[in-house]
Amino acid sequence: MTKITSLADLKNIKASVEAKMSLRERSETPDSMVQIRVAMATCGIASGAKIVMDYLINELDKRSIPAIVTQTGCMGYCYAEPTIEVTRPGQQPLVFGYVDSKKADQIIEKYIKNGELLDGIIPVNYENIEGK
Amino acid sequence: MKDLASHILDILQNSVTAGSSLIEVSIDELPVSDKYVLRIVDDGKGMDAETIKQVTDPFFTTRTTRKVGLGLPLLKQNVERTGGSFAIHSQLGKGTEVVAEFGFNHLDRLPTGDIAGTLALTASSYPEIDFFYTHTTSIATFVFDTIEIKEKLESIPINDPEVINFMKDLIRDNLTSIKAS
Repeated sequence: MTKITSLADLKNIKASVEAKMSLRERSETPDSMVQIRVAMATCGIASGAKIVMDYLINELDKRSIPAIVTQTGCMGYCYAEPTIEVTRPGQQPLVFGYVDSKKADQIIEKYIKNGELLDGIIPVNYENIEGK
Repeated sequence: MKDLASHILDILQNSVTAGSSLIEVSIDELPVSDKYVLRIVDDGKGMDAETIKQVTDPFFTTRTTRKVGLGLPLLKQNVERTGGSFAIHSQLGKGTEVVAEFGFNHLDRLPTGDIAGTLALTASSYPEIDFFYTHTTSIATFVFDTIEIKEKLESIPINDPEVINFMKDLIRDNLTSIKAS
């Protein structure tokens, strides 16, 4: 029989994460990390936002980029879903539209790593969802 | 929505927006009585009777970013086309309960989809909210409780990618072992 993951396995995960965190010296505050919010309302979900979020979490981890990926509500760009809002440390947030896994890969490689802009940015006088 | 997990992901956002601190999700598979019951209960700000009447109207929404609100109407539609029933109970200041009873054997009942991913991603996006999930089949009940997980994690954040993947495996493996449909 194949092994079923149980709560007891959490101990190993905890040890592994702790080791990784001490490597990063625990100096990272959320402000010094890349923050990504994936629009996860009805429109986003129906367009595949969950797949994009899964992809971002795993790829950023694989590429050792410290980031926080969270969900947010609808930003009002339902026509361009899935949309994500990327905030590089110390910079204004940017909203990207029509993000699939391929686009997400480009966003990581070009914008997140090097600050290069690429197609698909939704130009807005930005207001975040809480500010509306 | 292509599957039930997407609906859950969607409705959970309502509970999150309502400022809940504990959100309970339960699925009961009752093939004998031909029912598949999804319940989502939160302790958020609730709604008054007038609002409850309007929430399944696609042209009603409390948000200001757009003029339609399709989450609940789409769920209601998918429930009703399996011959099931859909209900919302809510009290201002107390919380809201959404109950979707699908017909278990109906051909139009949506596939379950990625419940594990839905719960893991939502729990990690809102670390300050607790999620309690139970899934009951004729074999057993599986319980997923983020309070328990956070206690075990101590200072490790629940939104660490390794923890997210652990939660996914935990839910997926256990749902398979209780033969969730």
